[in-house]
Amino acid sequence: MTLPVYSGPVRLSLVESEDEESVRTVVRKLLADRCASEDVAAVYDGAQGLHGALWRTLAADLGLAGLLVPEEAGGAGAGPRETGTVLEELGSAVAPVPFLTSAVIATSTLVRLMPEQSADRSAVRDTLVAAASGELVLTLAVPWSAVPDSPAYTVREKPDGLHGDVTPVAGADAGTFLVPALGTDGPGLWLVDRAEVRATPVTALDMTRPLATLRLDGARARPVARGRAAEDAVRAGLLTGAGLLASEQVGLAHWCLTETVSYLTERRQFGRVVGGFQAIKHRMADLHIAVESARAAARYAAAALADDPGDAPVAVAVAASVCSEVAVRAAEECVQLHGGIGMTWEHPAHLRLKRAVADQVALGTPVRHRARLGGIVGIVPDKECR
Amino acid sequence: MNENTMRGRVTELLRAYPPATTDPAVFHRARFDAGLAWVHFPEGLGGLGISRDLQDVVDTELRSGGAPLNPAGHIGIGLGMAAPTILAFGTAEQQLRYLRPLWLGDEVWCQLFSEPGAGSDLAAVATRAVRDDGGGWVVNGQKVWTSSAHVARFAILLARTDPDVPKHRGLSYFVLDMSAPGVEVRPLRQITGEAEFNEVFLTDVRVPDTARLGEVGDGWKVANATLSSERVAIGGDQADRESGMISKVAQLWREHPGVRSAAVHDRVMERWVAAEVFRLTGARLRQRLATGAPGFEGAAMKVMFADLAQSISLLELELDPDGALQYDDWALVRPASVDFLSRGPGYRYLRAKGNSIEGGTSEVLRNIVAERVLGLPGEARVDKDVPWKKVPR
Ligand SMILES: Cc1cc2nc3c(=O)[nH]c(=O)nc-3n(C[C@H](O)[C@H](O)[C@H](O)COP(=O)(O)OP(=O)(O)OC[C@H]3O[C@@H](n4cnc5c(N)ncnc54)[C@H](O)[C@@H]3O)c2cc1C
Repeated sequence: MTLPVYSGPVRLSLVESEDEESVRTVVRKLLADRCASEDVAAVYDGAQGLHGALWRTLAADLGLAGLLVPEEAGGAGAGPRETGTVLEELGSAVAPVPFLTSAVIATSTLVRLMPEQSADRSAVRDTLVAAASGELVLTLAVPWSAVPDSPAYTVREKPDGLHGDVTPVAGADAGTFLVPALGTDGPGLWLVDRAEVRATPVTALDMTRPLATLRLDGARARPVARGRAAEDAVRAGLLTGAGLLASEQVGLAHWCLTETVSYLTERRQFGRVVGGFQAIKHRMADLHIAVESARAAARYAAAALADDPGDAPVAVAVAASVCSEVAVRAAEECVQLHGGIGMTWEHPAHLRLKRAVADQVALGTPVRHRARLGGIVGIVPDKECR
Repeated sequence: MNENTMRGRVTELLRAYPPATTDPAVFHRARFDAGLAWVHFPEGLGGLGISRDLQDVVDTELRSGGAPLNPAGHIGIGLGMAAPTILAFGTAEQQLRYLRPLWLGDEVWCQLFSEPGAGSDLAAVATRAVRDDGGGWVVNGQKVWTSSAHVARFAILLARTDPDVPKHRGLSYFVLDMSAPGVEVRPLRQITGEAEFNEVFLTDVRVPDTARLGEVGDGWKVANATLSSERVAIGGDQADRESGMISKVAQLWREHPGVRSAAVHDRVMERWVAAEVFRLTGARLRQRLATGAPGFEGAAMKVMFADLAQSISLLELELDPDGALQYDDWALVRPASVDFLSRGPGYRYLRAKGNSIEGGTSEVLRNIVAERVLGLPGEARVDKDVPWKKVPR
């Protein structure tokens, strides 16, 4: 059997380019200065400051909000590879900013509609311009656990506007929501202002990515796409999101590994450095192997999203399933191997654990990605299998 | 040299020696002489003295041009271990003598490292090499688990030349002619029934001093170069998606509806993903190594490979219980190389157990990753400063 997708040796580069490394350096430095773990932890107690101030710097001053926006709409016209590098850094710091939800998912959804005969092309363009400048935060209104297939529609178009609930939506502090809904003539995609929506915040396991329940009750909305075009755009947004979330997970896992190794190199018990015990060394060696292989998978997902759309569904499913699991494992090891300190609120490990666990459910659990992947590569658990 | 000139060279070779009408042996020779065997080797030695990453270009072009593959499985030890060591430590004469027939598969190599008392602790080898009157060496000792010794023309040999200094300092490294008087190879039957490896007894074997690689007493340094190449060789193939052992599981699933169940589907996909990730990790490692020397990351790849092969082959048995109860052949054959895919699932399962032992156990490789990559402290050493002959064993 030949696989339905390209299956020869790896053709894409999995190594970071100089451009990607320079983006990384800038973001890393900024986060080191402006995103201390204490401030991130304060988000759990209701602090809002970091969300806004940090995002303004990242989005507007560094221009990261426009990374995936084409130059003609005021963006940087960079690609998924650079974006993946940024996400590694944001994941490492668990930065509480709407980069993934706004600058990646919602933006790629809209970018997909740029060349189309969308219902309202100028609305698409204007929205992208505002988003690229960092002025407007967007969010795609689908449940945060949605798998990158067509979403289940819980919102409907009626003569007086859109009606329905969506929950839980990530990045719910957005200014504009992109709402997939069932219209009178089939599926479509609408732009809805925050003022039109009742967003009830949810107390989330991971408070660094705010969640909310959205209620639309006759919300006034502008349609931007209908039918296939709308569905494709949403799917593209979610696929890009799931593929690049893997980079965030790698960044997080790498932080956990590095922190743990450095703690174990200092901590002494039984008259020895704890990291010299072989039981510990082997766990760290295995974790290193897991993190580096997750990195290869995430790089491939970003590379395929950039340069090989045909293979992107496979690349994304592979990365999504492996990187989620590695991030959780790394965060769990980090807590465990820090001993008592690892259980404290003071130590930043908990921030990573919460993010890792939430990320594992976000945009499709590993099991669901593997189930989808089976369908793509012809390993399906029913009679249809050839 | 860039990719395009490289492609031009390959096209020239394919034109002068059309694979369809050329004897494969003739083609291999022409390829070697054109410097397209291993491009990072020097000119005249099968290479062009250029960056290793252009080898991928060569391989891809040759493959699409229908060129025959050189017998890599058969010559694995020579290719992966002997050749890089000879290149790094051999004299010009040694390089000229050994590299070409090695690459062509005319001469198979084996590795005489392990001994009954020195496996993981390789620096503990007891095989002695003592100077003879003419300045050459007389070697006595016993080696074990030596793959391919029964078909090998040459061996790389680690032997003790000075028992009065600590173990790492008293070793020297030689090329051994396996047809020399005093070399006796006995098959050693293994878990699979076959005898892929051997015991090798060395009794008063004469080795000329010109067959030494590196300085006297420097054998450990040379052996380390061999070992890091070995781990890269084991971990770093350029593979297709769904190739290797996972292809068997995928095929089983697709072609035999009876094995399919919802309950194991996720486990099949989990292994499929792991195989794909292994392939991507290898590609990334190769891309990173493209310009530099092999590094310790090869150790990580090897651990990953062993875990993968073992978990996939076990799953294959579980998927097909009736098949799992049967075995293809217990005959004591002496294969020249391992071929996982042409044997049955039981063979794959049993042979894969060797993947975490051969070439350094996964335990020892995890130590290497932890110490040399992550910088964690080394193990406590009791024999470091003690002369080899005083270490209890
Ligand atoms: C199929 C196969 C082919 C081989 N081919 C060759 C060949 O061609 N040439 C050759 O020279 N050798 C060959 N070998 C030998 C192989 O390199 C050794 O078997 C291997 O290095 C392990 O050594 P050992 O068998 O002495 O095990 P030991 O070193 O005795 O190890 C026993 C157990 O203790 C563990 N252990 C040892 N030291 C440590 C440590 N420091 N920390 C934690 N655990 C430890 C090991 O992991 C292992 O589980 C081959 C082996 C196999 C299985």
